[in-house]
Amino acid sequence: MYKLFLRSLISVLFLLGFSLNANAEFKVGFVYVGPTGDHGWTYQHHEGRNAVEALGIKTTYVESVPEGADAERVIRQLAQSGHDLIFTTSFGYMDPTNKVAKDFPNVKFEHATGYKREHSNVSTYSARFYEGRTLLGHMAGKMTKTNTIGYIASFPIPEVIRGINAMTLAAQKVNPDIKTKIVWVFTWYDPGKESEAAQALIDQGADIIMQHTDSTAPVQVAEKAGVWSFGQASDMQRFAPKSILTSIIDDWAPYYVERSIAARDGTWKQQDTWHGLKEGMVAMAPYNSAMGSDLVKEVEQLQKDLASGKAHSFTGPIYDQKGNILVAEGAVADDGMLAGMNVYVKGVEGDIPQ
Amino acid sequence: MIKVEKRNDVSRSIYFLTPVLAIFLTLFGGGIIFFILGFNPIEALKFFFVTPISDLYGLSELLVKATPLCLIAIGLSFCFKSNNWNIGAEGQLIFGGIVGGGVALLFYNHDGFYVLPIIILSGAFGGILFAMIPAILKTYFNTNEILVSLMLVYVAKLLLDYLVVGPWSNPEGFNFPETRQFSESARMPILFDGLRIHAGIFITLITVFLSWLILYKTYLGFQIKVSGLSLKTAKYAGFKGKTMIIIVFMISGACAGLAGVGEITGPIGQLHRNISPDYGFTAIIVAFLGRLNPIGIIFASLIVALTYLGAETAQIFLQVPKYTGQVFQGMILFFLLGSDYLLFFKIKFLGLKKNEL
Repeated sequence: MYKLFLRSLISVLFLLGFSLNANAEFKVGFVYVGPTGDHGWTYQHHEGRNAVEALGIKTTYVESVPEGADAERVIRQLAQSGHDLIFTTSFGYMDPTNKVAKDFPNVKFEHATGYKREHSNVSTYSARFYEGRTLLGHMAGKMTKTNTIGYIASFPIPEVIRGINAMTLAAQKVNPDIKTKIVWVFTWYDPGKESEAAQALIDQGADIIMQHTDSTAPVQVAEKAGVWSFGQASDMQRFAPKSILTSIIDDWAPYYVERSIAARDGTWKQQDTWHGLKEGMVAMAPYNSAMGSDLVKEVEQLQKDLASGKAHSFTGPIYDQKGNILVAEGAVADDGMLAGMNVYVKGVEGDIPQ
Repeated sequence: MIKVEKRNDVSRSIYFLTPVLAIFLTLFGGGIIFFILGFNPIEALKFFFVTPISDLYGLSELLVKATPLCLIAIGLSFCFKSNNWNIGAEGQLIFGGIVGGGVALLFYNHDGFYVLPIIILSGAFGGILFAMIPAILKTYFNTNEILVSLMLVYVAKLLLDYLVVGPWSNPEGFNFPETRQFSESARMPILFDGLRIHAGIFITLITVFLSWLILYKTYLGFQIKVSGLSLKTAKYAGFKGKTMIIIVFMISGACAGLAGVGEITGPIGQLHRNISPDYGFTAIIVAFLGRLNPIGIIFASLIVALTYLGAETAQIFLQVPKYTGQVFQGMILFFLLGSDYLLFFKIKFLGLKKNEL
């Protein structure tokens, strides 16, 4: 009886393994750091996945995967279960992605916001969110009455510092008296912490609230307090209809569609992608008419210029907090400098936590 | 009229069988939930509980996941058995990871067989140190150890945040909140090529054996059990309560610290903000599911580990929401506590008496 049980168990396991491996259909896998309903970062990646699915390509996702020891297993399971292309959509998946990529040379990997491409089947991609920040800075500089902009920042990594600097530079251009106050919350998603930070900034006199975190809490606090705010990652307008001037939208869909088709057709190649307003990876939600049609026109023009390359978020002269020159007059910062940015520009208050 | 009465004789075999019953009830309840969600319950349960461990890699992952859970739960069982409610194993794990990780960074690019043992011991030491805070506050200042140990979890998390963002962050890492990857000499040896199962499992097995020895073969174990059954009896018998409290917290802190150092030198290989997906809290479920018994805890840790793997597999193959894993953990505990209640108490249905009308 026991032996019979064991034998049938083995054959069941064997059949199971067989049926899993026999699947040859082209499949794309996604690993998310948050829940699909966060209305921010993961939500937008999920929208991108939906666009791939709409092409008739089979996709799979795993949500809320911790960036610790579990990530490697999830990525490996996706690779093992016949997925041909895998998007890992958070910085913390960088090392696990490269580790798994080594063992699955025939599977393509795409890692968002990282910098390690240790194997030829790993690409990285990110968006020039700072271009959106420049537009926000322009609006903030024009709309503020207290000349104080409140900024909720996540981690002192180049991407976040770039955003702070781009925003401050653009705001200074239209309003030289501008000050940027920053609260570091050291999280990407924590509605409680984010709303406390927003309240603290409003109490310090900020009448513009901006966030580099993913929840809708800050815009909701701003709505209640009657100050202006900007949405992050997705269009958050419905959470704060009066307060939100616009949102920076991460639009991953075109990239996911393009890379999925390339992988399916065998034309996928390793690359490091950094797309912005021009390619549409960074998009702007509709502008709030409360800021007046003149300002809307200005911002739309600036958006066009940034997209066409006529304007650049980091055009010299740019000074650091101590007054040292970072970018000479007339020059623009190159991508290398942007990628490693770790100083504040003049006008930002406080120090970068080190 | 319903009356609840305490049972006088509780059968020992049934006492150990109720966790099994709880698991079956969970499977049944889970099947119903899957059915309501619109999935084929048999298929969903298969993807949840069979597929994840149907190959060597899956089995190895199960052990990788169960190792820290088992280790922490064993430590906690000492505390819980003696009526000390250490809820902060997560903090002790993180602090052990911090101390062990700090030593690993100190030995960066340093070869030698002694590196790893030093790191492991310092991790255990870190866990002990952190567990001492609630223990000393409880014994000498009469504070509530539940609150102190729980709040210290946040202290440990914030300290780790500070270190990986600031002084310990990788100088070549663009300010990202993580340290360097530890050198090979600071990593747990991998047992089989291509699998992630590492030498940490031996630490766990040795700990299980030692804890069995302590609990069942020593005077200390006897003290712990008596204090758990009745603090007054323990006092009356002349046991030194304070020393015992300190010792059980030390054991529990050491185990949590070892689990932390096992994670960072094992599958992770560096310090960052997410070294533990709340192992310290999940281990509380594991400890009770395992009846605070070393052998029971081994099985309980495997089952709870499987709920994690299962949630991932079920989402990959059926796109079942990932949070069903937590639902399953909750159900197991619920059914266990529920059947415990019926185990220790009996419910009598009495007819309505006239004078009550």
